[in-house]
Amino acid sequence: MKESNTPVGPILTKSSSIKPPVNSPPDAAGAESLSSPFHVSSRWLYVSITALSLIGLGDSIYLLVKHLTGQSVQCTISTGCEEVLGSAYATIIGYPLAAFGALAYFTVFSLAILAIFGYRHVRMFLIIVVGLMLLMTLRLLYLQAFVLGKYCEFCLLSAAITLSLAVLIFAIVFRSSR
Amino acid sequence: MKRNLPLVIIAAVVVIAFGLGVLLYRTMKPASGNAGDTTSAPASLPGADPARVRGGANALVTIEEFGDFECPPCGALHPELVKIEKEYGDKLRVVFREFPLTQIHKHSYEAARAAEAAGMQNKFWEMHDLLYEKKDEWSLAPDPPKLFVDYAKYLGLDGDRFTRDMTGDLASLRVALDMRRGKSLGVIGTPTLFINSRKMDASEMTPDGLRRAIYTALKEKGQ
Repeated sequence: MKESNTPVGPILTKSSSIKPPVNSPPDAAGAESLSSPFHVSSRWLYVSITALSLIGLGDSIYLLVKHLTGQSVQCTISTGCEEVLGSAYATIIGYPLAAFGALAYFTVFSLAILAIFGYRHVRMFLIIVVGLMLLMTLRLLYLQAFVLGKYCEFCLLSAAITLSLAVLIFAIVFRSSR
Repeated sequence: MKRNLPLVIIAAVVVIAFGLGVLLYRTMKPASGNAGDTTSAPASLPGADPARVRGGANALVTIEEFGDFECPPCGALHPELVKIEKEYGDKLRVVFREFPLTQIHKHSYEAARAAEAAGMQNKFWEMHDLLYEKKDEWSLAPDPPKLFVDYAKYLGLDGDRFTRDMTGDLASLRVALDMRRGKSLGVIGTPTLFINSRKMDASEMTPDGLRRAIYTALKEKGQ
């Protein structure tokens, strides 16, 4: 879509869509233009993503600190926290998995914030990051269910958050493709 | 200002997340900070029951070892400890507790479960010794559990049962209970030894240091 060179005020393009001035921030809520009927709801989808990723970030930080201090994690709902978090699968190349989780949730949060403020090109990165998180989550769920035979509630919370993020991303993509 | 608002929000979250992490770390750290306490065992949680015990049933000295089969210092200590066990005979009892350092030893958890699975067929110590002796072989193998099954068969165990037990709940539970006990005692590395409930300093864990500690413990018991 061609940008106008007019220094102030919006102009109408040939397709009659409203374009922002050159130096203004990109339009809010990602993919849809300001006239889109999905504008507001998409914005709320991104807001939901930031909220969920903050919960995931808190969960990951808690597990990371537990790991670094060498403390065991006590389950209150399930019974397998120690077995799952003490297993070989709780680390990747010697680093705690929770650290990767925290980094991933922070990345999702940052991208969603940027998308809310109209940086529409970040959406592709968001799809990629959440896609990778989803794959990792499925693998971890498989390990808990079929290899360890134990479940850790903090891991299940993280899995639920990632699955919800994937659903929200799917909704955003679906809306923008209509 | 509005252009920078997203970056301000992201930076604020970085600061809050980091601050929260540091705060949590400081709050939790004291609970494991008694690792350096070498004088006595704090209130401890029980380990797996029955414990893996070798030596005299009424021994005057009990060494409780928290070990990791993949840890090089544990492997170096193992032959010395075996010699010392022979020297002291019925006066000494060794209790082995699983403490796999999974963060740094990739296959230590699998090895711990293999030892526990062998224990379910009453061959824990045979597998324990074999795992230390063959560490260089299995720790570098692409699929250590396969080798563990071979070791089990070599020891005369039922291979199918061993395979089931190795991945079963009981082995995992025993490892978790031992680890929980270790953590409650302030264990953060391996090998960590307690002689009659007194935590040994790392500098004492030489053959001579061990003998001195056992001698002292025997003297305290009037021997």
